[in-house]
Amino acid sequence: MSDRTNLPVYAPLGVGRLQGDRTFPAAAKIALADGQLRSNLRSATATIRAKRANVVGEVADWEELRRAGEAIKASTMASLDTLLIELERNVVANGGAVHWARDAAEANRIVTGLVQATGAKQVVKVKSMVTQEIGLNEALAAAGIEAFETDLAELIIQLGHDEPSHILVPAIHRNRAQIREIFLQEMPGVDRSISDEPAVLAGEARRYLRKKFLETKVAISGANFAVADTGTLTVVESEGNGRMCLTLPDTLITVMGIEKLVPTWTDLEVFFQLLPRSSTGERMNPYTSTWTGVTPGDGPQSFHLVLLDNGRTATLADEVGRQALHCIRCSACLNVCPVYERTGGHAYGSTYPGPIGAILSPQLTGLTGDGVNDSLPYASTLCGACFDVCPVRIDIPSILVDLRARHVEAAKAASRIPSGERLAMAGVGWAMAGEKRWQLAQRGAGVLRHSTRRTTIRRLPWPLSRWTASRDLAKPPVQTFRQWWATEHEDPS
Amino acid sequence: MTISARDEVLARIRSAIVTAVSPDVPRDYRAGAAADVELLVDRLVDYRAIVHRCAPAGIAGAIIEAADAAGIDRLFAPPGLDPAWQPSDRHVSIDDGTLTATDLDGNDVGVITTCSVAICETGTIVLDGGPGQGRRLLTLVPDHHICIVLPEQVVGAVPDAFRRLDPRRPLTWISGPSATSDIELKRVEGVHGPRHLVVIIVEHVPGSNSAP
Ligand code: SF4
Repeated sequence: MSDRTNLPVYAPLGVGRLQGDRTFPAAAKIALADGQLRSNLRSATATIRAKRANVVGEVADWEELRRAGEAIKASTMASLDTLLIELERNVVANGGAVHWARDAAEANRIVTGLVQATGAKQVVKVKSMVTQEIGLNEALAAAGIEAFETDLAELIIQLGHDEPSHILVPAIHRNRAQIREIFLQEMPGVDRSISDEPAVLAGEARRYLRKKFLETKVAISGANFAVADTGTLTVVESEGNGRMCLTLPDTLITVMGIEKLVPTWTDLEVFFQLLPRSSTGERMNPYTSTWTGVTPGDGPQSFHLVLLDNGRTATLADEVGRQALHCIRCSACLNVCPVYERTGGHAYGSTYPGPIGAILSPQLTGLTGDGVNDSLPYASTLCGACFDVCPVRIDIPSILVDLRARHVEAAKAASRIPSGERLAMAGVGWAMAGEKRWQLAQRGAGVLRHSTRRTTIRRLPWPLSRWTASRDLAKPPVQTFRQWWATEHEDPS
Repeated sequence: MTISARDEVLARIRSAIVTAVSPDVPRDYRAGAAADVELLVDRLVDYRAIVHRCAPAGIAGAIIEAADAAGIDRLFAPPGLDPAWQPSDRHVSIDDGTLTATDLDGNDVGVITTCSVAICETGTIVLDGGPGQGRRLLTLVPDHHICIVLPEQVVGAVPDAFRRLDPRRPLTWISGPSATSDIELKRVEGVHGPRHLVVIIVEHVPGSNSAP
């Protein structure tokens, strides 16, 4: 074994969906012009924020649970190799098979092969971010296998040939009239007299998908958690499409990032309290399924678990950034983010939007100095709201600052920026390093705009261009995002 | 010789975590809570489940009442469901392991089960596939799920449930009927799971031997 193969590797670009085709400011500009999107996002994030605050407020030991969640995840990362081996042993002992994938292409090959081995031409899918990350549906389609998304929002996205814009409510950018149109145009056998009532639309999706559930032999899922000491897998959901996929087909294939692990069964008692309240703002989500390998006479009799790296080991190698792997994908940080609330998820270009996307995507793909994902760490005002709501206390602002510094380093190393700009970036790095300094720099941005020649401003990288591009500033901002946030969003607690 | 993906990923992890430290996990969160049936009822109603409360002798009557109110024509039950609970004037088909999803599909189909644990603070019912709970298919495909909760199954908080449950069994945690908020965040009950959840909470009868 050569040393080279021991080194963590970034996710290769060109397969899957970890990087968009334009930088955040460029993509945000398009999103900001969409009035429908902005008003949908505003009301959605406000609604979920209020629900979350309400149910979190009734948990007396919320902070203790957060600290436990943070520590469980940190200790998982510190022994990830042995815990994965333990998970593998327990899954196999209970009748499952475990496969390992270095990257997206390898995971897609494995899953495609497993589906082909069953002879199936169709699969049903439970909403899963990781299979979006690796572009599994496209890979299956290339092999002549049709994948049906079964989560209502994912179905809307799939039928609308669209991309998800939120972790929890992926079709949040669509309103009922648009969804009805999508159903009428794209859903085979649709009842053409349907109204745009959400209950009617959901009923139509039920009718359409039930047939698929009853006839499809292979299901593909992600996993919210895996338990090393028992080999148990978990899917947390609302609609019951997850239960359908985990119960009715003969074969179940679960694709999971290597970080979605907890050491022991009782560790889940922490996350089963943290996740639903942070995510949908419910005391508990309607359905959670847990399963361990294969249960004779109940559910799929063939179970495959695919463990995926795809840049996670590279993230794990970074002392500051590895916290990003603690994420339980609750989406609370999206809903409190003043930047996300305006741009929505598409602007982030990756499967992972919002503050978590801003720290995860560039770490999975790597910072190159001039890559599209290099712009993501700047898609934030560092207001700190994301850290306050994160159920596992990921210090997103600190990781953003660190990634900005790494971006500058990468750019320097690549020598792709002229020295004048390098100087400006160094200034930016200094400003980012201290919270107070950054706030001052934000307030000073408008002044700088007038005191420097216009051409220089244009060539400055994102933090400053963001103010002009995404806020359409003819004049210096009267308020920074941080000031605005403080006045608009009184802490509900 | 080519190195396997497994060995390569594990080697990458080992080189990545050399600087990682494992903190002690603070376990000072609440280890549990006292069972509180009133709270359980409140939570279930909040999820828009239909709640009946009765003495053990009233279970069969409560099932009939629920079935008639919901227009259920075909009733199913898993093996191991106490025959004394089953209404004598209704036919209840017991799953013999051969029922298919198609057999159970229909808006007039209801299934009667009990549960393994019911959690008051979150209004959650957990099924573990044991006697009286059945295969997962059985409580998934029918449009109506009638679940009987006995006093000894009721626990206070989520950690209490974890102490009782066996992770090797397939577990289904149910908190209200199936729901979605995917369209304009409007809550709609019932997408793919049972659209109607009826919970029959059996009251503790002093002196009875089914008490905890
Ligand atoms: S970073 Fe934290 S708040 Fe954001 S999705 Fe992940 S767990 Fe939730």
